[in-house]
Amino acid sequence: MDAKLKNNLATITFWVGAGLVMLILGTLLGYIFYHGLKSIDWQFITAPPETVRAGGGIGPQIFNSFYILFLTMMISIPIGLLAGIYLAEYAGRSQLAEGVRIAIETLTSLPSIVVGLFGLLVFVNATGWGYSIMSGALALTVFNLPFLVRVSEESIRGVSRELVEGSLALGATHWETIWRIIVPCAFPSLITGIIITSGRVFGEAAALLYTAGMSSPPLDFSNWNIFSPTSPLNPFRPAETLAVHIWKVNSEGLIPDLRRVADGSAAILVLVVLSFNFGARWLGRLIQKRLTAV
Amino acid sequence: MKRGIKVFALLVGIVLLMAVVTGCGSGKNNQQSEEGQVQSGGSEGSITAVGSSALQPLVEEAAKQFMTDNPKTQIVVQGGGSGTGLSQVSSGASDIGNSDVFAEEKLKAEEASQLVDHKVCVVGMAAVVNPDVRVDNVTQQQLIDIFTGKITNWKELGGADVKIQLVNRPSSSGTRATFKAIALKGAEEAKGIEQDSSGTVRKIISETPGAIGYLALSYLDGSVTPLKLDGIEPTKENIINGKYPVWAYEHMYTKGDATGLAKEFLDYMLSDDVQKSLVVDLGYIPSTEMQIERDVQGNVTPK
Amino acid sequence: MKKRLFYDKAGHGVTMLCAAFVIILTISIIYYIGSKGLSTFFSNEVSLWEFLFSDQWRPDRSPGEGGPQVGSLAFIIGSISVTLLSVAISAPLGVIVAVFIVEIAPGWGQRLLQPAVELLAGIPSVVYGYIGLSLLVPVIRSLFGGGGFSMMAGFLVLSIMILPTIISVSTDTLRAQPVEWKHASYALGATRWQTIRMAIIPAARSGLITAVVLGMARAFGEALAVQMVIGNTREIPTSILSPIMTLTSAITMDMGATVQGSIWNSALWSMGLLLLLMSLFFIMIVRCVVRRGAV
Repeated sequence: MDAKLKNNLATITFWVGAGLVMLILGTLLGYIFYHGLKSIDWQFITAPPETVRAGGGIGPQIFNSFYILFLTMMISIPIGLLAGIYLAEYAGRSQLAEGVRIAIETLTSLPSIVVGLFGLLVFVNATGWGYSIMSGALALTVFNLPFLVRVSEESIRGVSRELVEGSLALGATHWETIWRIIVPCAFPSLITGIIITSGRVFGEAAALLYTAGMSSPPLDFSNWNIFSPTSPLNPFRPAETLAVHIWKVNSEGLIPDLRRVADGSAAILVLVVLSFNFGARWLGRLIQKRLTAV
Repeated sequence: MKRGIKVFALLVGIVLLMAVVTGCGSGKNNQQSEEGQVQSGGSEGSITAVGSSALQPLVEEAAKQFMTDNPKTQIVVQGGGSGTGLSQVSSGASDIGNSDVFAEEKLKAEEASQLVDHKVCVVGMAAVVNPDVRVDNVTQQQLIDIFTGKITNWKELGGADVKIQLVNRPSSSGTRATFKAIALKGAEEAKGIEQDSSGTVRKIISETPGAIGYLALSYLDGSVTPLKLDGIEPTKENIINGKYPVWAYEHMYTKGDATGLAKEFLDYMLSDDVQKSLVVDLGYIPSTEMQIERDVQGNVTPK
Repeated sequence: MKKRLFYDKAGHGVTMLCAAFVIILTISIIYYIGSKGLSTFFSNEVSLWEFLFSDQWRPDRSPGEGGPQVGSLAFIIGSISVTLLSVAISAPLGVIVAVFIVEIAPGWGQRLLQPAVELLAGIPSVVYGYIGLSLLVPVIRSLFGGGGFSMMAGFLVLSIMILPTIISVSTDTLRAQPVEWKHASYALGATRWQTIRMAIIPAARSGLITAVVLGMARAFGEALAVQMVIGNTREIPTSILSPIMTLTSAITMDMGATVQGSIWNSALWSMGLLLLLMSLFFIMIVRCVVRRGAV
């Protein structure tokens, strides 16, 4: 009887715990969207921010966030994928593989502010680029790489061995097998993993404070000359991202409508990250269907 | 199957392209900034001004106007803090360093001596309290006693019976440095809540019973009560004529005398276009109107 | 044929280079942060003892007044206490939810909770900080008095932030356990709770410890979310309602306002180094636990 009672109590506790997590999530999302969606309109999403007057937008910040994300991914996907292939296909239990694993664990648990400090030393000061998109993207590469290597390795390990052995038996080299069989088969889960890590990169702020900087110079969106300082595409201009902007308006904001800007920015940030999360699953399933149907 | 490879090949291609472009980009960039420094007299080229986040809005707005008037110029304004601004201008990484404090207070003497100061405006500060404390005037000694923790309740000053809550600024902030040096005569404050942001400080003081802190005059909006110091109100006029002592310069430093575009821009900062409109709009006090001067040791002389 | 073999070799080489790059990157981070962080003790000649165990933080004092002092004890205590308190909440809750997902949840619970945990993990840290600042801080202020900006606000925000880490690692561990133990336990007539307590949790112990340590590492290194809600007062906290300062928020707030090479600036780099060493320490714990668990 006693054991039964305990068992029932325990069951209740487990349900309460699970309910609590759902409640927390519901509260967070409800709060963000209830406050945020009120302040979002087309003008807010496209207009440049104001430094002192009310009514500013977050157009450049949204652009900066996506652009830095794009550059980061351009740099970190090739390295991450190739390192992942090495770990899954070539390394076995070698010393190097063990070293890479330790390095990845270290990088994963590195506080992002420390990544930012490293970026400040190496990308901002040593290269002389100053606060710039490039410095920010490289710092985020450091931040992102361990996750990408892990994602790649797991996706590649998930490919069925029969296919690989079949390919090798038909006389393909190991490398050909990797590119023609393994990577395409791992593609759906690779894409899913990459998009989910994109969400993390998109919302990161601490690593960017002292690398991409906290200011957004006026941008001229009709100027596509990559070398011009007003061009949005110039990778050597300072760029404040959306996440950094939320932090900055809360810590140094002069504008009277600070709450509105912060609420709206937070809602957009969370919306983008959520759509990355859901989009990743959906796309992964879609590609899976397309590939297996062929 | 094939499609995946193609997409990937495309990605790799783009990456290589980016690498090439950024490689050229950085080369080109350096060239540009060098050109900017070599340029003199002609209104084109590009300069950077880095530093104080308090000064950033003013410099940004001024730069916007300047670039509208001179479309061939490029002035990149960045925040990052006074320390960053001074480091960068003294190492030559940026053309102008914006700072809330005199360079002598942060840099080594030999580094500071190479920099040339341009005092673009003055910022006034006031001790502010939660409106419910019912005190609006303190003597300087009382203010020091409040911030050093000797006076702990507002009723000791004839106000309401509430405990005093100190709201401080981080020790790295320019506002704090000025307030401590001038309003508190250098006394060490007792510890209180520390907030980086003026907006948050104002919010906390307006919502917390018994709170006292200090803010730049541009942040006063009626939600908090500014304290008179020895009966003198913290107003623009009282600062200009030297009656109210708690104020500081906002500095823009160049390494050696300003030349070329940097000089043009700094002249513009001190011209009536900026001093009479932007500076006033942002709640600063035009340095051109000041009737007194203060040096780094704090000695005040009539101008 | 030759070409194909060459590609095969080259491919192996290139992947190996990328893998080696990860190691080089890690070593260079340790080297750069280390050399900057140690300069406090070598070129500025601050004693290590003072930096770690003194609470006298007066980096702006002139030498005439006996300054500058850079004792960081208050920040270290702030970081440690806020981390431990957040783990004290999240570890039990996280394990409970993980067990629920793996052992108890009917299909719909699992379908609902798994994405929920991922969403929690996906919310950016500035957003956590902002919600903490605008929702949690006023609530604490009205319930307990004081300013609201406090250690309590800090560890509550952190405990929610590290929950996803603890839940997902614990879930993976629990899923990896062999089923035989569970079946044996039920066969002996144990209730579900007895089975969870006596068979499932002890078997997964090393994995659960790993989950908690990883959560702890994340809490220790979190910067902005914490900085926004803890009030940032540079003194040793006396209660969970007192405003505190952590290593991360000290770096965030002062890095831009200090000049390269000054004692103050060097002390901030030393704090960065301390954070780095702490994360290495956490990794070591994890590796030891896993190795012990494997034996």
